[in-house]
Amino acid sequence: MDAQAQGPRAIDLYVDILLIVLLVAAALVVVSLRNLLAAALVLGIYSLVMAALWVVLDAVDVAFTEAAVGAGVTTVFMVLAIAATGRHARVTHRRPWLPILASLAVGGLLIYGTLDLPDFGDPQAPAQQHVAPHYLGQGEAETGVPNIVTAVLASYRGFDTLGEVTVIFTAGMGVLLLLGVARRRRMDARDDE
Amino acid sequence: MTEHLVLRVISKLLVPPILLFALYVQMHGDYGPGGGFQAGVIFGAGLILYGLVFGAQAVQSVAPMRLLVTLACLGLLLYAGVGIASMIGGGSFLEYGALSADATHGNHVGIIIIEIGVGIAVASVMTIIFCVLAEWR
Repeated sequence: MDAQAQGPRAIDLYVDILLIVLLVAAALVVVSLRNLLAAALVLGIYSLVMAALWVVLDAVDVAFTEAAVGAGVTTVFMVLAIAATGRHARVTHRRPWLPILASLAVGGLLIYGTLDLPDFGDPQAPAQQHVAPHYLGQGEAETGVPNIVTAVLASYRGFDTLGEVTVIFTAGMGVLLLLGVARRRRMDARDDE
Repeated sequence: MTEHLVLRVISKLLVPPILLFALYVQMHGDYGPGGGFQAGVIFGAGLILYGLVFGAQAVQSVAPMRLLVTLACLGLLLYAGVGIASMIGGGSFLEYGALSADATHGNHVGIIIIEIGVGIAVASVMTIIFCVLAEWR
């Protein structure tokens, strides 16, 4: 392999390692923090690092969503939820051995599973052999949309996306009905007094 | 948060470009990264930033809850409506090709309309959740 082909890949590797170390560090900090407000903010940092990692993986559409939803809106929602409830996690002196063991076992199994995965970007991988060649080859001609991600999400997988929008809609209505209606009822009760 | 002058001035400066950028992402999703979901979240984030600094009541005076709920329903119905329209056009549900005599053109139009529906629904749901949580005490 000549140096020209190797150069960008070496940079990719260093950036990957840096981002993954930051990611794991952020995750460990979130778990160890007792202050929930600080934990929510560090989760925002986690999402921002994750967004950078998506960019490195050439998944810019996902990076966009991760930065806007994970780092932005979700952090605000969590901060608001913490402001409405309590700022500190209850301290337990019990050592949660069983959960630790379970998560280590599941994590180990998942890492063992990745050993069988095809290489990143391998054109022979089953995921690249099924419908992907058709989408990549015919997508623009069939949908008139050059961004293949949009073509897949909105057209080829349009029914899935309709389901996703329905889930988001249901979430909004759920929050509105559970919290909004309860609040209004309380306000009415206060007015009656 | 009336005393934080810097925050108030900066967020007032930032909110219009954020909303404009959301519209750009919405209409540019066919050609670059982005689309209705991202645009909706960014538009919602613009309103949420405004609400964080000036209070959820300020957001409610621009976008009352009744309007937000109506828009959320409209966005979802717009998406499903395109599906019904393509059935009327002779295709199956969400087969946008049936929207126009030229299948590629119909597909492009269908994608643009459903992305607008997604954007409207996501932006209003994000704002609804923010307003409800912010006023929950």
